[in-house]
Amino acid sequence: MAKVNLNRNPMPRQDPELRGRNFNEVALGYSAEQAKAEASRCLQCPRRNCVEGCPVDIDIPDFIKAIRNGDMPEAVRILKSKNSLPGICGRVCPQETQCESMCSLAKRGAPIAIGRLERYVADWERANKQSLDSPVAKPAPTGKRVAVVGSGPAGLTIAADLAKLGHGVTLFEALHTAGGVLMYGIPEFRLPKDIVQAEVDYVTSLGVELQLDSVVGKLVTIDELLSNGYDAVFLGTGAGLPMFMDIPGENLNGIYSANEFLTRVNLMKAYRFPEYDTPVKVGKKVAVIGGGNVAMDSARCALRLGAEEVYIIYRRSEVEMPARREEVENAKEEGIQFKLLTNPKQFLGNEKNWVVGIECYQMELGEPDASGRCRPVVKEGSEFIIDVDVVIVALGTTPNPLIAKTTKGLETTRRGTVVADEATGKTVKDRVWAGGDIVTGAATVISAMGAGKCAAADIDKYLRG
Amino acid sequence: MYEILLKQDLVPNIHLFKVRVPNVAKKAQPGQFVVIRIDEKGERIPLTIADWDREEGSVTIVFMEVGTTTHRLALLKEGDFITDFIGPLGLPTHIDKFGTVVCVAGGFAVATIMPIARAMKEKGNKVISIMGARSKDLLFWEDELRSVSDQLIVTTDDGSYARKGLVTEPLKELLEGNDPIDRVIAIGPSIMMKFCAKTTQPFGVKTIVSLNPIMVDGTGMCGCCRVCVGGVTKFACVDGPDFDGHQVDWDLLFARQRIYLDEEKCSFERWQSQFGGSS
Repeated sequence: MAKVNLNRNPMPRQDPELRGRNFNEVALGYSAEQAKAEASRCLQCPRRNCVEGCPVDIDIPDFIKAIRNGDMPEAVRILKSKNSLPGICGRVCPQETQCESMCSLAKRGAPIAIGRLERYVADWERANKQSLDSPVAKPAPTGKRVAVVGSGPAGLTIAADLAKLGHGVTLFEALHTAGGVLMYGIPEFRLPKDIVQAEVDYVTSLGVELQLDSVVGKLVTIDELLSNGYDAVFLGTGAGLPMFMDIPGENLNGIYSANEFLTRVNLMKAYRFPEYDTPVKVGKKVAVIGGGNVAMDSARCALRLGAEEVYIIYRRSEVEMPARREEVENAKEEGIQFKLLTNPKQFLGNEKNWVVGIECYQMELGEPDASGRCRPVVKEGSEFIIDVDVVIVALGTTPNPLIAKTTKGLETTRRGTVVADEATGKTVKDRVWAGGDIVTGAATVISAMGAGKCAAADIDKYLRG
Repeated sequence: MYEILLKQDLVPNIHLFKVRVPNVAKKAQPGQFVVIRIDEKGERIPLTIADWDREEGSVTIVFMEVGTTTHRLALLKEGDFITDFIGPLGLPTHIDKFGTVVCVAGGFAVATIMPIARAMKEKGNKVISIMGARSKDLLFWEDELRSVSDQLIVTTDDGSYARKGLVTEPLKELLEGNDPIDRVIAIGPSIMMKFCAKTTQPFGVKTIVSLNPIMVDGTGMCGCCRVCVGGVTKFACVDGPDFDGHQVDWDLLFARQRIYLDEEKCSFERWQSQFGGSS
């Protein structure tokens, strides 16, 4: 019986003071010794609960055993047989609520750091490409063609899976680079863009045709794709429509949606302006409204751009914040200030239309609402003003209505999401599947990947008759 | 990478590019626009579609040199490539048989108005076009616009050609005249569109303008292009770019167009110092 070792190997990170001023990756990754040490803690339980917690069914104990045995090519093979984007998942998956929460050692406060190990394997593969065996031979083409709309996590995953099964895949992307939220949303210091590009390149190396600059719904419609040679269509266009508060002053200069702010900073590299042509307002006092991962990302980007003070304004208390614990801790360490139980009433501007302040209510927690969390209630007469010069509204996103508006027969909900079968991704429209945020609303990279995997299996079944 | 098939220098600082983009050419409609990026470090900018050739697979854009990106774009030649060319974006102009339609074009917007005037004419409208520029040397496509209009009025601010004055003057005269005007389309610099809308308002003639706020993606994902129309926030890239000119909050549009004035100046000065002056 293996000896239980509760010394969870910590992830080396950049010092908070230093990292608050650069866009380099915060988490530095395990060394070979740390990886082996962490992998050796795994008890290799016969009941593989960790695998049940993984949306893409990675054979977790097996790749961990391979690390422990020093057989890195085998670890890569096991990991990549189920997950085409391990470098991404190892960085942004909320493992603490997924595989790691199911680990036998979780109840003892020291679950195996599965995410860190996954990242270690992915990074090892990227650094050691030459020493790996030549890739698996290309499968026999089936002659069937699938159009995948959106090259975010769902689209990349399904494209890779379908290509590995021999189908012809065209991946349509509206932006000028693939990756979706992986490129425009998640910041460089959490998910380096060269890693995203490397994983996109892996997908195209499988034979997937990538068409950038292609806005489906404008350039071509779903019905046109279906009548012009595509046997099936998968919609993975995500939830890219920003939500605003609809309160007075929201169109003042200096008020951004998180989508705009992050797109300027991450996709267009505004943090390197004027070397890169796209600018972004830096601000001295920046307020980010919201409590999710996007709010944390926005706040930490604002800080790195050079803001003197960055506030998170959130209407509930810390315990209700939907952001990953790890990202909240990182933000706090970097000096971001949390103004909790606070909600904007209106934005105040000067005569030149620039935002100069936010009038806020203080909130208190009332009875639980539909989400199970306590409903925030305004404290009457509690208004106060926070001085700011840049505001980022990070309240969430819903699906861009373009696809629904231009596709007959697709069923959508009031929230704008597309209705699809939970297990297969099949929509009510003939030969059309959907998965990821366009179905669930804004969620995680890994759940989008899981949806991509399920839909790939169902589409494959359909194409083979 | 999209090849530049043809380049024409129309007037000082205003250029025409015919670009090979077969997919966009197939779908382009009057009033729509594209977003382009000239290279890896470049920004994304919107440009209206001036024309297209579905057989040849080309889209024509006409642009004015204003800042860094348009100055750099102007340096490209036939045979060069534009890195990204995304479209067609925006909702097409609503074309219908209205009766008599007045198309007003300010400055380089005669390029934007052309396909709209042509479509209105093809639909059976009587088309009266007004085109204006600061001076004679900035006028272009006069014959082209005349060829799709029943009547063309040309103005120059300084009187160096045709009628001296602003486009709003002949516009007002037409509205005061005996023939009913059923619709006005006014496209040009924001201030020109505002004054055209103010001119038509007392006459109650529906006036469509094509708003030109700052944009980043052009597909509705960021909200940079927020405008206020009839008291409601709209995204110009997906709800527009055409809007009812009488409902537009012009002051908000002007203010939001100034957000990056400092950065634009910094960028342009940096580019100029690197390349020793503009083209």
